[in-house]
Amino acid sequence: MKVVPGPAGYIPTPAVFEGVELPPPGKALLYGEIVDEEVAMREAAKALLTRRNPTIFPGPLVLWGWNASAMEKAKAVLELAMEIPNCRIIPMPDYRPKYPKIDPEAEINPNHPNLTILHNKIEVCIFVGVHCHYANLSLRMIRAGTNCFTIALCAEMGHEDAMVSLRDVHAEEIRRFKDVVVQVREELGIKWEPKLPPENPSLPPENYETISVVDYGEYSYLLIPRKGEYVPESE
Amino acid sequence: MPEQRVVDADYLLLEAPRERKFITGAQAMAEAVKRANVDIAIAYPITPQSEVMHLVGDLWAQGYLKDYYRAEEEYGAMSAIAGAVRGGARAFTATSGPGLLRGLEAIASWPGHRIPAVLGVLTRVVNAPLSIQPDNIEIAYLLNCGMVVLHAENQQDVFDFTLAGFVISEKVDVYIPVAVCTEGFFVTHAKGYVNMTPEDMKLPPRDPYKAPVPPTDCEIPPARIQRDAPVQKSNFMSYLIHAVWQQEVWASNIRAMKYIYKYLGGPIEVVNPDAEVFIVASGCAAAQGREAVRYAQMEGLNVGLVKVKSIRPFPEKEIREVLKKAKAVIVPEHNIVGWLAKEVKATIPDNDKVIGGPRVYGGMTLPVELIMEKIYDAFGIKKERKVVV
Repeated sequence: MKVVPGPAGYIPTPAVFEGVELPPPGKALLYGEIVDEEVAMREAAKALLTRRNPTIFPGPLVLWGWNASAMEKAKAVLELAMEIPNCRIIPMPDYRPKYPKIDPEAEINPNHPNLTILHNKIEVCIFVGVHCHYANLSLRMIRAGTNCFTIALCAEMGHEDAMVSLRDVHAEEIRRFKDVVVQVREELGIKWEPKLPPENPSLPPENYETISVVDYGEYSYLLIPRKGEYVPESE
Repeated sequence: MPEQRVVDADYLLLEAPRERKFITGAQAMAEAVKRANVDIAIAYPITPQSEVMHLVGDLWAQGYLKDYYRAEEEYGAMSAIAGAVRGGARAFTATSGPGLLRGLEAIASWPGHRIPAVLGVLTRVVNAPLSIQPDNIEIAYLLNCGMVVLHAENQQDVFDFTLAGFVISEKVDVYIPVAVCTEGFFVTHAKGYVNMTPEDMKLPPRDPYKAPVPPTDCEIPPARIQRDAPVQKSNFMSYLIHAVWQQEVWASNIRAMKYIYKYLGGPIEVVNPDAEVFIVASGCAAAQGREAVRYAQMEGLNVGLVKVKSIRPFPEKEIREVLKKAKAVIVPEHNIVGWLAKEVKATIPDNDKVIGGPRVYGGMTLPVELIMEKIYDAFGIKKERKVVV
């Protein structure tokens, strides 16, 4: 089966059911086939540089500074975002459905990821730091109902329903991917000075000098570890 | 209790030296639990499936497990297993027949909740009328839960499947429970030789952070944010989420196959692959099938055996390949509904050659002669029945 951008239909068959297998260490998936990482990275870079509204969807495993490697990975994601022209970052901070309705400019959610993709006309995206189960749900729904080219930078074994799936991706591998993006960008003759993506338009900037727990409203219970607290690498 | 050292899972399962012991199937399951670095076992020991949970209780008393308790009944036991696993523990329980059915609502929710655990299923009759005798009809109820279902032929399989079950279950791309089924009494209460890994070696502890879902660790995000059950308020969300969620459970089930190859030598075992007539069997019916192959060969009949170790994922491709030239396929079973025969019929294209039977149930044994009668029928051999008075 060739795993290509959708819309694939009302309820498409998962790639696994069609015989797509996760790649062994050192390899990657490109359109459902096992290839060398370099080949998959170049195709992903090309999509990020040529399709409309490239967007990174960072999940809880990089958004929350819950250990040193998560913090380092978050830095690497920002460095990657800086090198992709007009890239946006829309977080997936958690996996709960949002009531009464998600703000599609502020976040993406695995229960209805297509809303964020369609609202922002995103034609290429990166999933990073999303737990595999929720990434798989999202990737399938995106392939079902949108024309978005999906790239999964997975810290574990990868995702069959993404167009490009890299495995064992941590900060170092993200930086390696960033280098490939820069190289392909230069080959395509695209001029770009690295800069941070725009602020998330739906969230007012926070003043960290005066902010308190109550400012986080219903999310205040999420403030663990507390601001300034350093959580060493967990077991 | 001997000091146990943690060794690599691949080493323990594939390379570690083995010592031969003559033990019951129940003991074999407990010996596997002893080497699996299990944190907690929760029991509601049904009568008298086997002594597995009693033996595991002994392991706790000896210090092999961190916790062990008797739940209020099976629904409570299975729900508590889910809670323990979501809390980061490695958990084990075992049940049987009516107990399995009582716990089934909770068990059926394990795969969707992504609960990696091992469930021993020591089969017995499902009431009524009341009986405690062996019969594996309960496996039919497990087939559509989404969990990995392994069916052990003998004491050796029970040990190997149980120990490997923990490893397969906790693979990030699988992360669903593994049921290790075997026939009560015929396997659990009978002794056989089992080659076991050293008593002083155990699996590495479970790493709950290497998971496709956040562990419910109440201290560290992103765990707490999983607290709201996301798919229960369907008026607010796409029905597609439940559909893709179910797909993910069954995708995980399919992904388990590569580990079944790695740790159990594949989902089937084939004896005499060039046979004209095949017996396809699982559990201790495979042992009787093996004996029937020997009888048949003594009579010059070209009969083979396909022993099915993995019922879920079901080895469709492998079975189709082995049976493509078979003249007839005999499926002996220890239940009345013939769930394995139905699986085989649904798998091969020319399924009119499948002979569903012989079947025994309600505690009956499966004499090899019953299988031989089907073999004679398949070869068109007429045998006179002799009545010895």
